[in-house]
Amino acid sequence: MSDTVIHVENLSKQYVLGKNGHSDGLKHVIHDCVTAPLRWLKKTAAGTENLKINGHKAPESFWALKDVSFDIKRGEVVGIIGRNGAGKSTLLKILSRITEQTRGRVEITGRVASLLEVGTGFHPELSGRENIFLNGAILGMGRQEIRQKFDEIVAFAEVEKFLDTPVKRYSSGMYVRLAFAVAAHLEPEILIVDEVLAVGDAQFQNKCLGKMQEVSKGGRTVLFVSHNMEAVLKLCTRGILLARGSVFATGEPGKVTAIYFEDQISTAGEVDLRKKPRPLPGNGAVQLISASPVTDDKIWSYPFGQPPALQVQVEAQQAIDKIELGIGLFSARGFEVASWSSSYARSLLSLKAGLNTVQINFNDLKLLPGRYYLGLGLRSERGFEDYIPEAIWFEIVISDESARANAHTMLGTFVLNAEAKIVG
Amino acid sequence: MKAAQTLILEPGRTAKNYWRDLFHYRELFLILAWRDVIVRYKQTSAGAAWALIQPMMSILIMTLIFGGLAGLPSEHNAPYAIMVCAATLPWQFFANALSLSSQSVVSNASLISKIYFPRMIVPASSIVVSLVDFMVACSILAGLMVWYHFWPTWRLLVLPALVILAIAAALGPGLILTALTVRYRDFRMIIPFIVQFGLYVCPVAYSSTYLHDKLAAKLGTDLGEKLFLLYSLNPMVGVIDGFRWAILGGSGTFYWPGFVLSVCLTLVLLVTGILYFRKTERAFADVI
Repeated sequence: MSDTVIHVENLSKQYVLGKNGHSDGLKHVIHDCVTAPLRWLKKTAAGTENLKINGHKAPESFWALKDVSFDIKRGEVVGIIGRNGAGKSTLLKILSRITEQTRGRVEITGRVASLLEVGTGFHPELSGRENIFLNGAILGMGRQEIRQKFDEIVAFAEVEKFLDTPVKRYSSGMYVRLAFAVAAHLEPEILIVDEVLAVGDAQFQNKCLGKMQEVSKGGRTVLFVSHNMEAVLKLCTRGILLARGSVFATGEPGKVTAIYFEDQISTAGEVDLRKKPRPLPGNGAVQLISASPVTDDKIWSYPFGQPPALQVQVEAQQAIDKIELGIGLFSARGFEVASWSSSYARSLLSLKAGLNTVQINFNDLKLLPGRYYLGLGLRSERGFEDYIPEAIWFEIVISDESARANAHTMLGTFVLNAEAKIVG
Repeated sequence: MKAAQTLILEPGRTAKNYWRDLFHYRELFLILAWRDVIVRYKQTSAGAAWALIQPMMSILIMTLIFGGLAGLPSEHNAPYAIMVCAATLPWQFFANALSLSSQSVVSNASLISKIYFPRMIVPASSIVVSLVDFMVACSILAGLMVWYHFWPTWRLLVLPALVILAIAAALGPGLILTALTVRYRDFRMIIPFIVQFGLYVCPVAYSSTYLHDKLAAKLGTDLGEKLFLLYSLNPMVGVIDGFRWAILGGSGTFYWPGFVLSVCLTLVLLVTGILYFRKTERAFADVI
């Protein structure tokens, strides 16, 4: 069967910023009502061309999506990729009926389940058992259906012993496992998934990937947004690359991801980490604020041979001891090259209240030229504080040293610091 | 297998099957209501007893001050405490429903921005929570009746219908305030004020017959009557008078014009509330 299950036609979404946007108070409305006659008088007096002089500018707006069209056939697994702000999340939100498009038309045939976050609606005060039922219902499962799959869900999440404990006492790992387990047992005809694989430890991520593969092989249609190119390549039968709200490329995943990498331009200077997507909302007590490269020209590109270094600003609401910093180093395709944590290095951080600048040096690391990104995480004795799976992109560029070392002939991602000598 | 349905999404197209959708999501409604009920008194040491303590204290204070100190007359020859109780129960239900529902969508923001369901479920489920509190608080009335040896009449059978009226009276303004709170958080400040103010505007601590007579005595029958009719526009006046009529029994006459007016306004508010909520709910995820 190859009939179309999702048909998207000229889909556009406009957001209005500022005045009529998110943070307008009642005051403005009242003010507008009161001053309306006055403005009208001024307008008629001044003539229409001088509108802006009154300080009454047209509200600023931008198109998060612009004329997006595509068709998805039954059984396809489509990966939607693109940089932050390319419109991926907006697209998913419209397809899952959370928000309404400004223009265009969508036709969806079949039962849809959308998974824009793991653990949507989890209530910290309720026990694991209760949350399975709550979350299941939120994702669209019937009570009967949940009861049937209950044991399976519990086994998948490995939380048998803590079923009657409120989830606020769970470790963040357990929480995420339970949340994913419920979601993984959904059986819709069309599944819409946003970046859920970016959570949990590596072992659990593999388990999730396996489950996703199973789902997609079961003939279901999957729409999958991700930054993890490895996962897109592994799972998807087709890729759609969005850029600035429009479809930039579509087709075979290998081809589309290649275009995506070419499009990744390393940004200069300070990166605002507050805006980066986080899989789990932190409580804001300790937060990653920004990062800047420690290089001569302040850009995120390091010449081969120079160990990468960067500074991260961390904000703490109160002074706090024993903060553990975790770093994951990924290749551009989303493959985890290496990881490091300050607890391993026996250098837990003591933060003062306010902004702290943390310098990170990767000693002896000789990455081969190419693009990489870092994931950053913070833990305290309380547990999880903040985590950004894709925090900073940087590149290693060729240099004198790489030319001397013939770096382009080397395989892998970094140069081994090895030694060979004749000892006998 | 059922033939797959095609869902069409277009701007400005209010879901044609809104009410069927609402019915389809009934299980989510029940489970959200169940969650809200369970969570309400979690990690409080008195637990659900709070649903009793609050109305009990206000009944006690109002009886002492208005019945004892001020010496206002009761209605239908009932003990003052029972008269106050008969009004406090629906009033507390209304006040709780209003403040809980108006906060409900905002406090479920994470849900609203991540998953689709008819948004009306959220304020509706917080009305269920207030209803559960109301049921619990009804035992105070039973206790007072036993204490005063005050036995209800057949009129008590009308009570379920009046509870439905109270739900309608709370749902209408509740929906309007919920939708407004999503856009204008100013209503977070306004609602406690409305609730506090309402306690005096509604005949909770005093009887509406007393107010009626007082108005007539001070301003003359004609003007007094007109003013009282204006007063009866308040939907809660109808609900409270209904409750008193059903619970207190006795021979007092029922003020029909006021009651009919109250019910009419309740219906107007309910319809307005539903229409306004439906009009704004599509943009909740963008505005919240």
